[in-house]
Amino acid sequence: MFVVAAASTLVISVAIVGSLVGEAISFLRSIAADVGVSALWADGWFPRRGRFDLRTIVWHTVLVAGIAMVVATPLGLGAAVYLSEYARPRLRRVLKPVLELLAGIPSVVLGFFALRFISPRIVQALWDSAQSQSLAAAGIGVGILIVPLISSVSEDALRAVPQSIREAAFGLGAQRWHTSLRVVFPAALSGVIASLILGMSRAIGETMVVAIAAGATGGSLMTLNPLEGGQTMTGAMASLAIGSDQVAGAVAAFQSLFFVGLLLFAMTFALNVVSDRVVRRFRQRY
Amino acid sequence: MATRTVTAELVRRSLTRRRVGAVDTVVASLLLVALLASLAVLVTLLVDVVAKSVPVFAERGFDVVTARLSPRPEATGLIQGVFGSVVLSLFVIVAAFPLGVAAAVYLEEYARDTRLTRFLVSNVRNLAGVPSIVYGLLGLGLFVKLILEQLLGQDSGRTLVAGGLTLTVLVLPIMVITSQEALRAVPLELREASYGVGATRWETLRHHVLPTAAPAILTGAVLTIARAFGESAPLLLAGAVLSNFFAPAEGASLLSLVTSEKYTALPIVIFNWSRQPQEEFVALTAAGIVVLLVVLLAVNGAAIVTRDRFERRR
Amino acid sequence: MSQIASTAELRPVPPVGVSDELSSEHPVVFEVRDLDVFYGDFQAVRGIDLDIRQHEITALIGPSGCGKSTVIRCLNRMNDLIETARVEGTVTYHGVDLYGPDVDPVEVRRRIGMVFQKPNPFPKSIYENVAFGPRIAGLTADLDDIVEESLRKAALWDEVKDKLDEPALALSGGQQQRLCIARAIATSPDVVLMDEPASALDPIATLRIEELMIELKEDYTIIVVTHNMQQAARVSDRTAFFSVEVGEGGRRTGRLVEFDLTERIFTSPSEKETEDYITGRFG
Repeated sequence: MFVVAAASTLVISVAIVGSLVGEAISFLRSIAADVGVSALWADGWFPRRGRFDLRTIVWHTVLVAGIAMVVATPLGLGAAVYLSEYARPRLRRVLKPVLELLAGIPSVVLGFFALRFISPRIVQALWDSAQSQSLAAAGIGVGILIVPLISSVSEDALRAVPQSIREAAFGLGAQRWHTSLRVVFPAALSGVIASLILGMSRAIGETMVVAIAAGATGGSLMTLNPLEGGQTMTGAMASLAIGSDQVAGAVAAFQSLFFVGLLLFAMTFALNVVSDRVVRRFRQRY
Repeated sequence: MATRTVTAELVRRSLTRRRVGAVDTVVASLLLVALLASLAVLVTLLVDVVAKSVPVFAERGFDVVTARLSPRPEATGLIQGVFGSVVLSLFVIVAAFPLGVAAAVYLEEYARDTRLTRFLVSNVRNLAGVPSIVYGLLGLGLFVKLILEQLLGQDSGRTLVAGGLTLTVLVLPIMVITSQEALRAVPLELREASYGVGATRWETLRHHVLPTAAPAILTGAVLTIARAFGESAPLLLAGAVLSNFFAPAEGASLLSLVTSEKYTALPIVIFNWSRQPQEEFVALTAAGIVVLLVVLLAVNGAAIVTRDRFERRR
Repeated sequence: MSQIASTAELRPVPPVGVSDELSSEHPVVFEVRDLDVFYGDFQAVRGIDLDIRQHEITALIGPSGCGKSTVIRCLNRMNDLIETARVEGTVTYHGVDLYGPDVDPVEVRRRIGMVFQKPNPFPKSIYENVAFGPRIAGLTADLDDIVEESLRKAALWDEVKDKLDEPALALSGGQQQRLCIARAIATSPDVVLMDEPASALDPIATLRIEELMIELKEDYTIIVVTHNMQQAARVSDRTAFFSVEVGEGGRRTGRLVEFDLTERIFTSPSEKETEDYITGRFG
């Protein structure tokens, strides 16, 4: 009986891959038939017009995830090092729940915050040319979303470093910053890197924040400017889903949903596997 | 004696030479700033959302929660979303909780350490890292289209059942992982003591291991379900209604509401409102968020309180 | 609720007579007077008086839990790292109050090195381990020479000279501990504190550490905590015997029973308690 339950998890994996691949293949077949595979290299992502430029949505995804990592890495790692190496137990008990609360905020909420606060008060305040929906605002929102993830995984890695190593460093006359940054942090590096990779993976897969705050819901041309709006992979999927019940004839548009989904799945899966390998290969045996 | 004083003086001087302790303070401050920045963001977000929601609550009070969706901002409300979310949560509890715990029990207690087992475990871990929207795709392709429409011949597969199944599948890997950790935390001595008096594996589980791990499992379950409550991306694809207005058929029974009627959920309503151009919808969106956060806070708080009560009793 | 019988608190006095030569050759490095250490409300040690002399090996022995480690950690202000620790009494180092208000604990630890019970090399290369101390002390010139000399003094150079860039954790337990010793002496300290340095090692490795200690006392002052009496007898010049007094509520506070030349402690101890311990009647 229990075996069945466990086996069901395997079934799920198979189902995911199966459904994605199935539709993705029929997508490729149908555009190959209608428009030609060059549609994948077209000018911009406009599914209803038959333009499925992958470069656009992939680049925008990378841009948003990049901005998110720029925001989240210092905040997350800084918090982790402070909580692990500097904070007294009492302070830790007060401050750690802050991160846990942040982790519990649903992504719709963060999307709203990105659109109605980050965009007007931060992005547009700093850069006049910024649009009201921009990849930058979405990127910052996603960054805030992943801070708790990076922080908690890194903090676990830092705390796993045995106390005896810190004592050895202090015993040699090291100040606290020597010990925490030049001894403990390098020792925990594999876990820290894993946390960053996981953060990146989560940032790539985030949907609601970009759907609300990144704009360009009908489709977009590729842009290098994060102050403009644009479609990411997840944003494109959300748009397709929202519009799909009205789209009667454009079957390819509907199927592109699955194609992009497969691409997204492959990217995040690859990152997660790499993160696992990093931990396993470089884990310090103390 | 004289030599001794000279040495002492030299030693004293070198011991009190204040080296660059300034660096230490700077580093500690920077790190603390990073941590406090997160606090600042959290506070800003909450204050901003609550402040934006005040106009709506001031004007309409609780009516915002109880009214049905409407294209008119002054009349629209959350109740359908709340209903949908509640049903979905119950669905997930009924489906994902037993399945997840059972799978964890198998992997942790019964399975031998073979390649297959290790593969299953890492598979679960990979599933937990899959973006939620991909689960939405599964929900759409498999549950909505394949099962409900084609196999069962319904008009539309976009029902609470489909949404519930989608969320169940989303939440299942995390449920398995947290349950596994809870089981692993049960000390070996307890198990050995039970086996020592001749109990079978199932008896040990039933009388000793599971009761001990129960608080952690339950807390993890509640927290997971709370997370599912706030999920919207998968539902977007699995057919939750995203319009300003929908009304169920007249005289629909509860069963048909769940199995064959259209549905929506609280985060979806919030998402929809956030996309509306009219200015009034900003406050409405904020109000919806406040309701969502209050529910999450209540559920999380209840989970933590119950866990503490359990632990104190032991 | 009775204190373990002891007639009077022994106030250690530099022994007169038998070893005048010893006392005049070796000046006192540490003077510990009336040392009390508290962790929160709990008193870990009470009324410790010790004189540690330069270029000698002083051993602290006694049953477990009697505060030997606590005392030794006061000598390099390692107890500062524990939140609830409070130190009262005086510890003078070359005549300077170690706990004086202007004294920088970081500087203290550069001059007073420490080797721990379980070898704890950094997860870095052998070279980087030894170089760490000098590096952060700003002694970056001639780092290669410093590393080589420290490894030679720790009797490890020949075994690792061809693999300085390899991970330190790949060494055996005994080698790791000698590496830790090399690391500790790389900053050219005055004193090396050793907290049960050989207790995690096999007998052969232990013997090598003991030989090393005797070589090292030429250049350094060594204070070693050990629960192994025979080791203390083999290696040390002076020995301090600690014991425990059980107070109210079963709280165990460490105290110094006797402190004398090793030879005297092991052949003709003044306190009965010492004699009981030495002959194995308790502890």
